[in-house]
This record gives sequence, structure tokens and C-alpha cells, in this order.
Amino acid sequence: MPLKDRLFLGRRLPEVRDPRFSGKLFVIEGADGSGRSTQIAQLTKWLEANGYAVRHMGLRRSNLVSEELEQAKQGNILTHTTLSLFYATDFFDQLVHEIVPALRAGLIVLADRYIYTLIARNLVRGANRAWTYNLYSPAIMPDAVFYFRVGAKQLVERNFQKNSTLDYWESGMDLGLSRDMFDSFVAYQRLLQTEFQRMQKENGFEIINANLKVETIQRELRKKIGAMLNLSQ
Amino acid sequence: MVSQKRHYSGKLIAVEGLDGSGKSTQIYLVKRWLELEGYRVFFTEWNSSILVRKSTMKGKKRQLLTPTTFSLIHATDFADRYERQILPLLRAGHIVLADRYIFTALARDAVRGVDREWVTELYNFAVHPDITFYFRVPLEISLNRILEGRPALKYHEAGLDMGWSTDPYESFRIFQGKVFAEYEAMREQFGFTCVDATEEIHVQQAKVRQTIREHIDLPAYRRRLCP
Repeated sequence: MPLKDRLFLGRRLPEVRDPRFSGKLFVIEGADGSGRSTQIAQLTKWLEANGYAVRHMGLRRSNLVSEELEQAKQGNILTHTTLSLFYATDFFDQLVHEIVPALRAGLIVLADRYIYTLIARNLVRGANRAWTYNLYSPAIMPDAVFYFRVGAKQLVERNFQKNSTLDYWESGMDLGLSRDMFDSFVAYQRLLQTEFQRMQKENGFEIINANLKVETIQRELRKKIGAMLNLSQ
Repeated sequence: MVSQKRHYSGKLIAVEGLDGSGKSTQIYLVKRWLELEGYRVFFTEWNSSILVRKSTMKGKKRQLLTPTTFSLIHATDFADRYERQILPLLRAGHIVLADRYIFTALARDAVRGVDREWVTELYNFAVHPDITFYFRVPLEISLNRILEGRPALKYHEAGLDMGWSTDPYESFRIFQGKVFAEYEAMREQFGFTCVDATEEIHVQQAKVRQTIREHIDLPAYRRRLCP
């Protein structure tokens, strides 16, 4: 894993004066319905059973703007630049107020999605690559990123099982790829996957085949995370 | 930038300077002049969406903001106004007047310790003004203008979040001094048109109008419709 050769992705975060952390940051990336939350719940149980304190982070969970972001999702009222800056505000608010103190205190932070989802969403909406990477460049570099890969067709099935409908945003309906929600969903998820594949090469993500059984995936995650913590499964 | 920079036929005029430099008075007089002469002029009122405004107010009131989130929430707010108002007006061929523009944010964020290149790149979705008037005034004068008859300074306005001083007035003084240094550093980089803000108001205004006449082909911006 070529990750973690530096603390920040690019530029430094002005709020962090001393860049020495004793905690670890593990990121799970993947589409809705790829099984992220199930795996995170089981990982948490396992880590806590072994005496590790765990903290969670995700998207749209900041004190500062999560409520307003949720409302913005309900009505498509913000333009793309505004929305991506709003998401970045949400992200950095959590990073500064929760993640940095947790890492400093030696906790294990499990992130249910991180900057990579936000970057991919921007890029498939036609955002400038340099602008988008600059935006997130003061983010803390994770110790490992696990990307859950699921075929677009399987994703559809899982989404229907979970919600019985397709989500407007997860279908990328705002992009106007197709007026048919199913077509749009499949096209949008493929675009995101292409971006993730590109990022995987650049950033050295661990690819997890999320079509496998829950237990098989969990075993693999524990093996990899355990090795980084010198912890047996 | 998220949206591509498109060609536009309007003109953008911005005023920048310290609080108390008199820039708002000057841009108001420019607006009146252009309106009375019958040009398509629009003064941006900085009405941002309720959602964004709500978050900004909450962050300030509860003092939740750190330098990075302070910078980002203001960038969000600016992007919102830019994409919904400024850019469409420019595309529709207006002379757009802005009381403060991205340079205010660049100066303020740099003072708060945010990486200059990062924040410059953050704002690079916005077109640069055709003319940026920088109302230059010695620090002491602007401080006197602001602090006279103004009993209370707001928390962020005074820069109290930075912990330079617990006294709001002393903190404001330090903050404005640092902002002044940032403006001075940006003058050449962004080609500001400097106006001596210690001169009489009508003298400054005459110079401002002259510069506008020289840089903008005003007849091209005559109102197309009879009022």
C-alpha cells in the first residue's frame, strides 16, 4: 500500500499544528448498496472486542451544515459549484472537529466514505479535475482505503431490496443522462466506477469484491486491518 | 472551477478596501451615475440562498467555524451568488457592480492562516473583474471611521476567533492591519486600480468615473428598452 507516505493529500490544514497522530484512519468507499455499513458495524464490534476505541465518520454528518445539506438534497436548488463547496464544508467541519482530535487521541476512525466519493461525484458532473483535487488537498491521508466494487446491475437489485425505489441522487438524475431512472442509475454508477478505477491506480486503494458473501468480505477486511494494527483475527 | 468559464459580454466592476475606506459610498455613486445615464447596470445585492445563509449564520453565532470551514462556507455562499446572479447578469450583457469580491475572501482567509494558493485556486471558478478599484486608506483613518459611533464589534468581524487579543478593539486593530498588508500584496498581482481614499468623495468619484469611461465602451451598454 503506497498510502500514508504523508499526512495530508496535498496542502496542510491550518488547524493542525502538530502532525503526529497515534490513531488510524480506515476508509470504506463504495456505492449505496455495496454493503459498507454492514461491514463497518462488524468491524467496529471486532475492534472494540479487542480493546480498540472506534469513531465513525461519514458524509453529511457535520454539526455545521448537515441539516441544510439534507434540505438541499430534497429540492434541487443549489448549483454544482455551490453544492460541491457545501459538501466540502461538511467534510472539513467533521475532519477538524471530530477526526483530528480522535486520531490525536489514538482512536481508530472508520470512515463510511471519504473525499474520494465527493471527488468522483464532482468529476462525473464535469468539474475541473485540478480544482476538485485542490479543494480536498488539505484532507488527512487515510491509512488504508477499501473500495467495495459491485456491478451496476447487482447494485440495482440491492437498492431495490433495501428501499424498493431508486434514489434521485444515487441515480445521478441531476446530470440528465437519461429521463429513465433505471437507465440513468446504471449509466451514472458506471461513470462513478470509471472514476474510482482511475483513483484506485493513483491512490492504491484495496479493491474488495463486494459481490462476495458478507462473512468472506469481513474476513478479508479483518486480515488487512489486523495486519496494520498487529492484531490477530 | 466546476462550471466552465463561458464567454460573456457584460462587464464586472468591483470595489475592494478596508472597512471604513468609503468603497460602498463610491460604488453607490457609480451605480447612480450609470443608471441616470441609462445604462444596463446591476448592483449585486448579495442575497444568497436561505440554506447557505442559515449555515453561515449558525456557524458564526455558535462559533463553530475554524479557518478552513470559515473559508469554505464563505466560498459556498459566494459560489451561490455568483452562479445564480453575477454570471447570468454578465452573460446577459450587464455592467455588474460588486461591493467586495473574491479579494476580500483571499485577504481575510490568508490572515486566518489558510494556504494562499489553496484559497486562490478555490475561487478560480469566478471571472476576474474588468476593473477592481482598491480604495487605499491609512489604517488609522479607516479604524477611526469604523470605530467612531460603533459600540459593538462582532466576534468574527473583530477577528476574536484568532486569539490575538481578548479586547475586541485591539483584536480588530490587529486584524485590519493584517488585512491591509494582504491588500497591498495583491495590488500588483491582480492589477488593482488604486484610489486615494483620503481625498474628498467627489474627487475620488470623478477619478473612478474617468477610469470606467476609459476601460468600458459605455454606449454598448445602453438600455435596449424604453423605461
